[in-house]
Amino acid sequence: MAGTLGILGRKLGMTRIFADDGTMVPVTVIQAGPCPVVQIKTPASDGYEAVQIAFDQIPERKATKPMRGHLAKAGRGEYRVLRELRFDGAGGFELGMDLTVSIFAPGEKVKVTGTSIGKGFQGVMKRWNFAGLKATHGTEKAHRSGGSIGNNTEPGKVMKGKKMAGHMGAKTVTCIGLEIVDVRPEDNILLVKGQIPGPRNAVVMVRKQG
Amino acid sequence: MNAIHKIELEQMRLDMPSFRAGDTVKVFLRIIEGEKERIQVFQGAVLRVRKGTTNATFTVRKVSDGVGVERVFPMHSPFIERVEVVSQGKVRRGRIYYLRRLKGKAARIKTRTDW
Repeated sequence: MAGTLGILGRKLGMTRIFADDGTMVPVTVIQAGPCPVVQIKTPASDGYEAVQIAFDQIPERKATKPMRGHLAKAGRGEYRVLRELRFDGAGGFELGMDLTVSIFAPGEKVKVTGTSIGKGFQGVMKRWNFAGLKATHGTEKAHRSGGSIGNNTEPGKVMKGKKMAGHMGAKTVTCIGLEIVDVRPEDNILLVKGQIPGPRNAVVMVRKQG
Repeated sequence: MNAIHKIELEQMRLDMPSFRAGDTVKVFLRIIEGEKERIQVFQGAVLRVRKGTTNATFTVRKVSDGVGVERVFPMHSPFIERVEVVSQGKVRRGRIYYLRRLKGKAARIKTRTDW
């Protein structure tokens, strides 16, 4: 399970910018990093190689005592979000060093992981793109219903995995193959082409494409 | 939103003259044909100005050989060399789509003078 190097960030929203050839490019603006390395895992200590990075600084009074104890080893203050990045060569990193947006270059492909916008309890038409029932010809109160959910005595049960209404969204979603349009180290800003999961101000992970 | 505003401001052209629906404008377009670059002029009446930051556009209509031609230009496009306001028109609407069904003398727009 070799992952890749990455960085944590906050989705600020979308806009569009002009490319060099004059075409419009839709971009998502991500405020990413700087993320200090707060723990290094080595095959000797944990059985595998990884780094733990932190994001979103908070005042000391807001951090819990266990969190303070854990972050004290890096000595970089208190943070809200911790994530582990498991990849080959993670042992070469130093405790307390910063990961910034400079690890990415324009034109590079990345994958972005975030929590999708929660949609609540949704019917089958929205959740699974069912067609629903007929609008007329005698259909009553079931225009957005999914119809039959199975057969009769044989098999006598609803098949496992049957697509039905239920909770939608608020899941971890990864978008792969997104292009970095621009990197602005002075503002810790990344511009990624297209959409990424989550609402504005959501914490997202931007990782190099493996 | 501040960071986004900053990015958009960088993208925007602040050298655009102000014009509104009813004005006659000359749009100087940079056309790239293979290696060569030339300037093409599109002159006509502004039908509407869509406000916005980087996504602001304006629509220009002209009648070419009896055929109405409309083009929508992104306000901040780098393909626009410059825009010249030829005359200011006196219209009562922000979007003068009614011009599309008018022909000849009826399609004239009175000029406006700002004192």
